[in-house]
Amino acid sequence: MNSFKRFMGLVWMVVGVVVYIILLKTAIAQVSVKPMADTIIQWSIFVIIFLPITIGFLIFGWLAFNGAYDKLPISSEEIEG
Amino acid sequence: MESPAGKKQIRKVIFASSVGTLIEWYDFYIFGSLAPIIALQFFPKTNPTAALLSTLATFAAGFIVRPFGALVFGRLGDKVGRKYTFLLTLVLMGGSTFAIGLIPGYEKIGFVAPLLVLLLRLIQGLALGGEYGGAATYVAEHSPDSKRGFYTSWIQTTATLGLLLSLGIILITRQSMAPNSVDSIRIFEDWGWRIPFWFSVVLVGMSIYIRLKMHESPVFSKLKAEGKTSINPIKESLMHRGNLKMVLLALFGATMGQGVVWYTGQFYAQTFLENVCKVDFSQTRTIMIWAIIFATPLFIFFGNLSDKVGRKWIIMSGLLLAVVLYRPIYHQMVNLTSTTESVVDTGLTKIERIITPVSGKGYGLQTTSTLQTFTNGIIEKKVHMDTLLNDGSEKPQVTDRVSKQLPTDRYWMMIGLIFIQILFVTMSYGPIAAFLVEIFPTKIRYTSMSLPYHLGNGVFGGLTPFIAVLLGTMYTGDLLVGLWYPIIVAGLCLVIGSIYLSNVVDKNIND
Repeated sequence: MNSFKRFMGLVWMVVGVVVYIILLKTAIAQVSVKPMADTIIQWSIFVIIFLPITIGFLIFGWLAFNGAYDKLPISSEEIEG
Repeated sequence: MESPAGKKQIRKVIFASSVGTLIEWYDFYIFGSLAPIIALQFFPKTNPTAALLSTLATFAAGFIVRPFGALVFGRLGDKVGRKYTFLLTLVLMGGSTFAIGLIPGYEKIGFVAPLLVLLLRLIQGLALGGEYGGAATYVAEHSPDSKRGFYTSWIQTTATLGLLLSLGIILITRQSMAPNSVDSIRIFEDWGWRIPFWFSVVLVGMSIYIRLKMHESPVFSKLKAEGKTSINPIKESLMHRGNLKMVLLALFGATMGQGVVWYTGQFYAQTFLENVCKVDFSQTRTIMIWAIIFATPLFIFFGNLSDKVGRKWIIMSGLLLAVVLYRPIYHQMVNLTSTTESVVDTGLTKIERIITPVSGKGYGLQTTSTLQTFTNGIIEKKVHMDTLLNDGSEKPQVTDRVSKQLPTDRYWMMIGLIFIQILFVTMSYGPIAAFLVEIFPTKIRYTSMSLPYHLGNGVFGGLTPFIAVLLGTMYTGDLLVGLWYPIIVAGLCLVIGSIYLSNVVDKNIND
């Protein structure tokens, strides 16, 4: 199971990058079709807000790939330790 | 075993926390529930879709700042204490809600109006970001270990009950502005929509009074007395590897999916009923109200069940059912409101024309209503509004509205379909407060649990109606295209949660 968890960590990193590129491409396409303030604002919100979340997802994938989730902590000492 | 005094105390704690949280949700949701009217009041009237999107964007702004509220007030809650922090959030929320009800419309003060609305909306979002984590932590830290899921599930009902309260107050206000319904609706859309915002002051005042009588959480008080509180909760939450990994797991393995399921079942469903199925304003709200009333006890049921069987698989089951059943449910919603395969009963068709003079102007307002009854029982109302000049000619600018009234059998079937969606919400949301509280240490619990909660619910969940409507305008051929967003997000969360989360309940949260 732990090998699978680690392998999936790699998958999450790839998924994070691919989804963000798709979002970016869609935003550019939509803004060029309708270059109005409303469209620009809407898509800018998506691009900006999902950037830190994508970075978080990449970190999650990286941690999983490195075995950080092989065993979850069951007490605060384990988290802090 | 709990002593009777202990039980009495925990009931007080739950009541004080829940009432305040419910009011904060009420304050937050009246804005969303009144989105189309607010769009007309505060945003330039280019076209209705643009106006609605602008409002939803403002709505999203309220959601997007929630994670920042989680950090700001979470830090305060972990340093100063739970009680005073969620008192502060309550005051901020109540004040900004009341103030939204006072802002003059765009026609009177121009762009200052939407700017003020946006600013107050951001304050609302910040306050909400700080409230929930405080209330959930406060109740959890008073609860016995074996009943934490049960007791915190009362807090979980507040978001749904806040929505219910907002729908109820709006509906009552809308119908009681004048003796006849046409005038009542007109007055409500003109200025009556402000009343639900003003009403918030009464609710918040009561809640502050109740909360002032409460004591600080015993777990936090002990930690503070021992001098073990965190010096920098945000840094400890996000920069410490062991804690960061739990924040990320909570977000991507639980709250992200739970957030989209919540907002699909209780917000997008309402938008879909009104804008796609064209069910009329009042029936849409009463359908939501009945479904919420029937489903709300299930939050307690699943919270309680999670104390016995663990949190993980209840949450995951809610996500799985949502992913598999959303499209069939919404397909059925479209079928229930369809008139394409039904014939108009011409004997029951009514056409009514009202001309209302506008005082001091050289024109009047002409409203033509056509009521058609179909053989499947649906009554379709088409309202055509036009400006009629004194010489009898009509201006080219017209507005058309279509709304449908469902017959009793279809009305109750629709309630059933919404109920099923809220059932998914109760499964994924009922145990989540206990789940989040248990995976973080006391000294940074407020900050650490608030962040994934508000990222999941605020960003992923809060954007659901907005993204779904947007997808509908981009891909017009498929009425259900908006559902792909919650299905994909909930599906991804389901896979991550199933693989990485543990079903073991951490009994000791005093560390």
